[in-house]
Amino acid sequence: MAVIGGGPAGIAAAAVAAGLGRSVVLLDASPRPGGQIWRHRDRGTLPVGARDWLGRLEASDATVLSGANVVDVAPGFRLGADVQGRAVTVAAGAVVLATGAQELFLPFPGWTLPGVVGVGGAQALLKAGMDVRGKRVAIAGTGPLLLPVAAALARAGADLRMVAEQAPPREVRRFAASLWRTPARLVQAALYRSAFATVRYRWGTWVKRVSERDGALLVTWTTGRSTWAEPADLLCTAAGLVPCTELARLLGCELSGEAVVVDHEQQTSVPGLYAAGEPTGNTGMEAALIEGAIAGFAAAGQGAGARALWPSRARHRDFSRRASEAFRLRPELRARAEPDTIVCRCEDVTLASIAPGWSVREAKLATRAGMGSCQGRVCGPALRHLLGTSADTVRVPVVPTPLGVLAGLTAQRDDSRGAS
Amino acid sequence: MTSRPDAIIVGAGIVGAACAYYLSRGGLRVTVFDEGFAGGGTTAAGMGHIVVMDDSEAQFALTSWSQRLLDDLLPAMPRAAEYERCGTLWVAEDDEQLDAARGKRTYYRDRGVETELLDARQLGEAEPQLRPGLAGGLRVPADGVVYPPAVTRWLLDQAIHLGATVREGVAVEGVAPRAVLTGAGRLEADCIINAAGAGAPRLTPGLPIVPRKGHLVITDRAPGFSRHQVIELGYLRSAHTMSAASVAFNVQPRITGQLLVGSSRELVGWDASLNRDVLGRMLERACSFMPGLAALPALRTWTGFRPATPDKLPLIGAWPSVDGLWIAAGHEGLGITTALGTGSMLTDLILGRPPAIDPAPYAADRVMAEAH
Amino acid sequence: MAAMVSIRVNGVEMSVAADVSVAAALLNAGHTMFRRSVTGAARGPVCGMGTCFECRVTIDGEPGRRSCLEPVREGMRVTIDA
Ligand SMILES: Cc1cc2nc3c(=O)[nH]c(=O)nc-3n(C[C@H](O)[C@H](O)[C@H](O)COP(=O)(O)OP(=O)(O)OC[C@H]3O[C@@H](n4cnc5c(N)ncnc54)[C@H](O)[C@@H]3O)c2cc1C
Ligand SMILES: Cc1cc2nc3c(=O)[nH]c(=O)nc-3n(C[C@H](O)[C@H](O)[C@H](O)COP(=O)(O)OP(=O)(O)OC[C@H]3O[C@@H](n4cnc5c(N)ncnc54)[C@H](O)[C@@H]3O)c2cc1C
Ligand code: FES
Repeated sequence: MAVIGGGPAGIAAAAVAAGLGRSVVLLDASPRPGGQIWRHRDRGTLPVGARDWLGRLEASDATVLSGANVVDVAPGFRLGADVQGRAVTVAAGAVVLATGAQELFLPFPGWTLPGVVGVGGAQALLKAGMDVRGKRVAIAGTGPLLLPVAAALARAGADLRMVAEQAPPREVRRFAASLWRTPARLVQAALYRSAFATVRYRWGTWVKRVSERDGALLVTWTTGRSTWAEPADLLCTAAGLVPCTELARLLGCELSGEAVVVDHEQQTSVPGLYAAGEPTGNTGMEAALIEGAIAGFAAAGQGAGARALWPSRARHRDFSRRASEAFRLRPELRARAEPDTIVCRCEDVTLASIAPGWSVREAKLATRAGMGSCQGRVCGPALRHLLGTSADTVRVPVVPTPLGVLAGLTAQRDDSRGAS
Repeated sequence: MTSRPDAIIVGAGIVGAACAYYLSRGGLRVTVFDEGFAGGGTTAAGMGHIVVMDDSEAQFALTSWSQRLLDDLLPAMPRAAEYERCGTLWVAEDDEQLDAARGKRTYYRDRGVETELLDARQLGEAEPQLRPGLAGGLRVPADGVVYPPAVTRWLLDQAIHLGATVREGVAVEGVAPRAVLTGAGRLEADCIINAAGAGAPRLTPGLPIVPRKGHLVITDRAPGFSRHQVIELGYLRSAHTMSAASVAFNVQPRITGQLLVGSSRELVGWDASLNRDVLGRMLERACSFMPGLAALPALRTWTGFRPATPDKLPLIGAWPSVDGLWIAAGHEGLGITTALGTGSMLTDLILGRPPAIDPAPYAADRVMAEAH
Repeated sequence: MAAMVSIRVNGVEMSVAADVSVAAALLNAGHTMFRRSVTGAARGPVCGMGTCFECRVTIDGEPGRRSCLEPVREGMRVTIDA
């Protein structure tokens, strides 16, 4: 069994299945397992739960390949990975996709300036060693992710100036009130908030535009009614998360909206292919752990173990649904891009050059939008939100791969086929 | 439906677009149908190499004449056409191939095409990324590259300017004498032109065209990596074997600084899926000629279907068994190059003018006649 | 004091913490621009997790490496756009 992605979902799937005696290999693009939420340099800094799971994974017989980008999955689950410049192929009987989520970046004037980063992006850079001490930092985003990021930046010594939630106060309040159903989350939220207690935390506020002034950023904020500008060194902004479904789409899985459709056992529409965590649209670390464990049980043929976890999965799905309703994107966020705002950052394609009726392929052939290195990972979801453009076809390699590695992957397949 | 056009073209690939352009210039009112969007078929999958070829006299005549037509139009084309006269560099691996290069040189010289024979050292200077130890090469400086979807769009825009109508997203379901049937109704015209590329036989059964699959890979930008379209002379062998899957080293520098890496040929029907064996062999061959390619990030791979005919020449001309039907299809791996010659020749034939080159070798019913 | 390694950025030697990513090391050294876009605009990291490709740099001669995914190593040569 192969698990793709080493976040909570992938770790749980691999640890559970290996514990049941399956031969498991986990491939993860990051330098070490942990995914987004448990990204770390020093394990001692992680919460106990995270350390437990990482320990369970290590104690298991699962093989972990870090720095391994899965760039191809051929029919019959023959995985091709770029492992730090080496071509590695893995033949699996079952695959768990635990590829997590990425941030949704909606274009607005100035969003391409250096110093404008994602919300989770800022957190990821922080965890990778970015020094924010004394830097004027502002956060503008949406959803439960804002609080831990604000807390982390404040603890790291940033001069945090503003935390802005785009959702209207009414929605945020209603969502907060519903947290009594999951008291742990309420406590967690309060703890995060206490870490940046003196900082403005505004609901119904978002960024209208950013420009450059005196070597720093000048951020124009708005509540719809009032608009004002403030300087910052770092602006952390995103419009929530979107599931990473490139491999799922390459393999032809059925999707519903942006999420992979799975059955009770986390199995996708492709037999033997499972998905767990963010790709299924069920957000958050707890949901990822449970879905990963269910996938691990199911892929190992232990339906009973999986069934025991269904009720708690249902609770998390309920939470995800409430969160996505409360933090629905306000239409104003889509209206920020101006005709000359770049929408495809890889190829510098402006909004005005894309005709609203075009299919994604038409837009691409006419303007090069989505043809660059990220292969539409950023502009694809953005255009979907701005113009309703459908998603592009996913092609191999799923992430850019040195040509020699791609050659090696396919050539090695020749060998394995000859051997079998 | 709208008023009656003089000519209906089925297919807005580069070939249909070139037909629309020349027919409109010839004073005809043209309507073009495409079931997808203009330039979205094989035209979008091709490399865009504009190359003079010497497989046969007929192929040489059509490719070199088409190139002259392109030269005339270039000044008017937008930057998006991405034309660059990068030249072709045919690479000889050994002395036998170098002999073939000499033969090619004589052939081209006799017909007025400038070439330059390179020894091993000159080859290395011309393309420093080529591996050492190659025998030499032949440079054809007048060849170039374009971005086919943009050229297609431009040709159609010129036609529209001259009164043509382009209807995208409308499939032609059948061809009748002097009429087509579409989902939106029946439309009549004096001449119907089947320019549906590899899909042409669906409308005109009996056309000897089959889809011949090819793989391509595009890399990230690496400006200055290579200056010419570089092809191994062994390519000709690959292009000629009609049976087994074959690969050849063929690298093209795009104006963006990206490299397009090919090429492969397979007869597997309409199966567009990635053939990893073929892809692997193709890339290994490319890396064996240009080792530096191995480090360049590959962004994307895709496949396309060349409209292939048994004798490697396109079908251009009347289709006698259906009144008013003309064919402009079957351009295999050269349709980007030969589209203009095709459109111009077909227009001359339709208008009863003598074409600039002898149309006989391309007659649409030639292969059918042989079969009888 | 954390262990340090030395890397070269556009030929300039610098000492950085041994456990950071190349992107973090560059940012900490005051580089906010990592590369020039196709129209020449300044760009720096955005997503921090390998999605956006805005943090691409050349590492030990290999172009297009995502610096946010790459840990620093002793003696590493990094080239960023000017
Ligand atoms: C930038 C970011 C920051 C976040 N921060 C928080 C936070 O602070 N608190 C919180 O509660 N939630 C946070 N989230 C939400 C978080 O995604 C989930 O809570 C949780 O981490 C989901 O776990 P997962 O296992 O589904 O995915 P992830 O943790 O995202 O793990 C997915 C893993 O798969 C790997 N991967 C993806 N594609 C491939 C491939 N083709 N080949 C190999 N490996 C691959 C990735 O590198 C990653 O390591 C964040 C999300 C993002 C995008
Ligand atoms: C990998 C590869 C590399 C190549 N490299 C080169 C090169 O370097 N140089 C070169 O000169 N050539 C090259 N070619 C060849 C070139 O791309 C083709 O010869 C050329 O694009 C054919 O153009 P076309 O207009 O005939 O076909 P297409 O572009 O396929 O156009 C036909 C159109 O007809 C439409 N259509 C089909 N059926 C119907 C219907 N029933 N109703 C309505 N519309 C219909 C389709 O939607 C399509 O848009 C290459 C081809 C491939 C695959
Ligand atoms: S910062 Fe986005 S890929 Fe590195």
